[in-house]
Amino acid sequence: MLAIESDRLEVGVRLGNTEKLKRSRERRLAVRLFVGGSSAIVSSADLTRRSLEALVDDCRDLARATTTDPFGGLADLSEQQPWPMDLDLFDPAAGTITAQEAIALAETAERAALDQDPRLTNSEGAEVSVSDRRLAYATTRGFQRAYRSSSFALTVVPVAASDGTLQRDYWYTAARSRTRLEDPRSVGTKAAMRAVRRLGARSVATCEVPVVFDSETAASLVGHLGNAASGSSVYRGTSFLRDRLGSRIAPREIRVVDDPLRLAGLGARPFDAEGLTCRRNAIVQEGILQSFLLDSYSARKLGMASTASAVRALAEPPGAGISNLYLEAGTASPEEVIGSVRHGFYVTELIGSGINPVTGDYSRGAAGMWIEDGVLTFPVEEVTIAGNLNAIFASIEAVANDLEFRSAVSAPTLKIAKMTVAGRS
Amino acid sequence: MASTPEPHGFFLDRFGLTDGELDHVLGEALARRGDHADLYFEFTTSESLQLEESLIKKATRNVSQGVGVRVVSRDRTGYAYSDEVTLDRLRLAAATARTIAADSVTHAPVAVAGPMSAHDLYRLPKSPIEADLSAKTALLDAIDIEARRYDPRIRNVLATISSEQKLVFLMTSEGVVVSDTQPLIRMHVTAIAEDGHVRQQGSFGGGGRTSFEFLRQVDPRSGRPRFAYWTQEAARQAVVNLDAVEAPAGPQTVVLGPGWPGILLHEAVGHGLEGDFNRKGISAFTGRLNQRVASELCTIVDDGTIPSRRGSLNFDDEGTPTSRTVLIEKGILRGYLQDRMNARLLGMPLTGNGRRESFAHIPMPRMTNTFMLAGDDAPEDVLRSVERGIYSAYFGGGQVDITSGKFVFSAAEAYLVEQGRITRPVKGATLIGSGPEVLKHVSRVGSDLRLDEGIGTCGKDGQLVPVGVGLPTLRIDGITVGGTRT
Repeated sequence: MLAIESDRLEVGVRLGNTEKLKRSRERRLAVRLFVGGSSAIVSSADLTRRSLEALVDDCRDLARATTTDPFGGLADLSEQQPWPMDLDLFDPAAGTITAQEAIALAETAERAALDQDPRLTNSEGAEVSVSDRRLAYATTRGFQRAYRSSSFALTVVPVAASDGTLQRDYWYTAARSRTRLEDPRSVGTKAAMRAVRRLGARSVATCEVPVVFDSETAASLVGHLGNAASGSSVYRGTSFLRDRLGSRIAPREIRVVDDPLRLAGLGARPFDAEGLTCRRNAIVQEGILQSFLLDSYSARKLGMASTASAVRALAEPPGAGISNLYLEAGTASPEEVIGSVRHGFYVTELIGSGINPVTGDYSRGAAGMWIEDGVLTFPVEEVTIAGNLNAIFASIEAVANDLEFRSAVSAPTLKIAKMTVAGRS
Repeated sequence: MASTPEPHGFFLDRFGLTDGELDHVLGEALARRGDHADLYFEFTTSESLQLEESLIKKATRNVSQGVGVRVVSRDRTGYAYSDEVTLDRLRLAAATARTIAADSVTHAPVAVAGPMSAHDLYRLPKSPIEADLSAKTALLDAIDIEARRYDPRIRNVLATISSEQKLVFLMTSEGVVVSDTQPLIRMHVTAIAEDGHVRQQGSFGGGGRTSFEFLRQVDPRSGRPRFAYWTQEAARQAVVNLDAVEAPAGPQTVVLGPGWPGILLHEAVGHGLEGDFNRKGISAFTGRLNQRVASELCTIVDDGTIPSRRGSLNFDDEGTPTSRTVLIEKGILRGYLQDRMNARLLGMPLTGNGRRESFAHIPMPRMTNTFMLAGDDAPEDVLRSVERGIYSAYFGGGQVDITSGKFVFSAAEAYLVEQGRITRPVKGATLIGSGPEVLKHVSRVGSDLRLDEGIGTCGKDGQLVPVGVGLPTLRIDGITVGGTRT
């Protein structure tokens, strides 16, 4: 049985005017029932006794409709790790912050952004959201635990204009506690810099060049690696890493870690979606694919042991997934990494979902800056970058030292030796 | 489950509320001089069954209920929702929602003209959620057999049948009282093919605001039951892609097949014409009304009134009847898609496009079914006219940067075209272009307008809503193809 209760506050400010104030309370419960070797899940927001009893009856009917699966069943909790220390996931400020305080944060960030440059004439606004979430999980094998977590986030999206064209960009800060949020003024300033730098962007001629991903876009590459390492996609045969366990997938200096126990991490949790005490898992060590991320089902399917990586949406069965996933920092500064490129592309934004998880083929829309002789020159847009994720990870040429844990998936600036950049000529 | 109840009475009954009490809550919500207030009650039952490795592995059923209270004052929105529906919670929500209107200035409401006719687009004798579980699991088994029979290289099949029924009841401060029962069914298949070391996948599916039977009925175009046709398409795509070669990189002449490739319109122009972005002046289409934004061959509409379609609604989620809105007429930009607040602020007519994912979300302008009207060219002639280029028959997702206008959509099934003929399949690649420019390069429009099969879901600001798209065969002279072959 999984129950989640949450309270949430969201405010939006645009051009100094409070445009949105939203408050909510949600309480939902899900029952996962095993009948013989079959199982089903039901969930509801109606927590009256009568409704819950009807729900369990429904669940029994649903379970009978599924096929008996010898690999199914609850996780084996007999060799449980000790309960982790306090992961610092909850800040009581989540319950006490007022709408006025949240609005003030958003206003400060937006004003800081728009004050940076006269070309910042418009704004999509600044938003602050705060949530307080309680999660409880219990099984008929006697597991019974709960934890509380909070999150605070501030995003600002200024719009710059020149010569009749518009460009927008964003910056954000997110944390488990209010005090860990970055200063709203520096969030605004960074968003402003990113938006203004895009003015006058153009496409480039189609070419094959080194590509440097800034830390935000590099994190998306690490996310693709995390998805491919999920036992759920490995046993289905839909991961491009399915046959690569134990083999080299990246240069020796590459290390990728999934750490659910990272203190105050945005993807942190004390136990996984099956009640197993979480632990740190090294996915890639010295460039070798060391471990998949496994829940108990995918572990049984693959003849391995769970890595306590079960994740689930309330109304869905568990699968294997990431928590706090990151690629460890290198030693060079981002400037040095950019400085090592003669002609190349510095990517700051990616759009679209052109990734084939089965083959690793990669083709996405991109925007950023052109690099000439190691220096960022003009802004670039309306191009795609393409390659294959196997080749992309194998050809990481530089890892910068700017790793920051800004979201659940993090990476430092990365340089890929060569990718195809397609442009308008 | 009992037969479908009438939503208005259902909600009052279920939560022990009266019309008088609800009127009173609306009054409290507007107590501080907002322009508009509404209460949106929702009760949704959804069910999902999934087959994988020839086993029915997943069965879920989810009941979601709640109420959203909204107060709008000029461009400010106060919103509060709860999944506990009691009079106390409603009054608290109303009090929260109205705080934002505190310092608003009272002004006379602008009379907004809008469509008046109501529709009845998806009344069913039996909602898909009420169809027998055993019939659904039998169909999943049939899908598995159908896919594997298509080709021995099909190694795994993932198939999902999702059914939903949403009851909504809406009351507004203008006295609009609307209730609706919205059915939805969707079938989706992913087939995985393997040949030696090469592995590929193909996906296809369909559905709509229609009955479970729809999946088993014969599709007039293919002459086969729909589920069999959709399954075969997924398997065929997977097998075709086994032989795919690298896609070219750079500008190409591209021919899009009919139907689902209409996702081009959704990304390239649809989002950019939503009223909120234009009211704020942050869309690449801002200020371009009555200007040329496409070739004269292009007429594009958004139509929420097509019976049984996935993107259709009788009323939008603010109680406005849906309508057919001409967005682009012979290449000239003619209209935006509006919700209530943005129509009022822009002084433009309501179009019935104010949609929300659920009671937990604030309405905003969204598309319904967006498509281009048919042209004069025979589809074969459109292809034959291309000396060298790409033909793309099926797509994955897409995305757009509203402000710069740059959009992408990713081909899942594509071929090289040489001397007017399809030659080899190429790997999936992302196409990128500029919304206000790309349709100026449309040089031929086929006579074969087709709407998609009913699988589209659109995400905006974290809210997912079902939508439809459609396209006739289309030739674009020059769009950047994101392949790897230079």
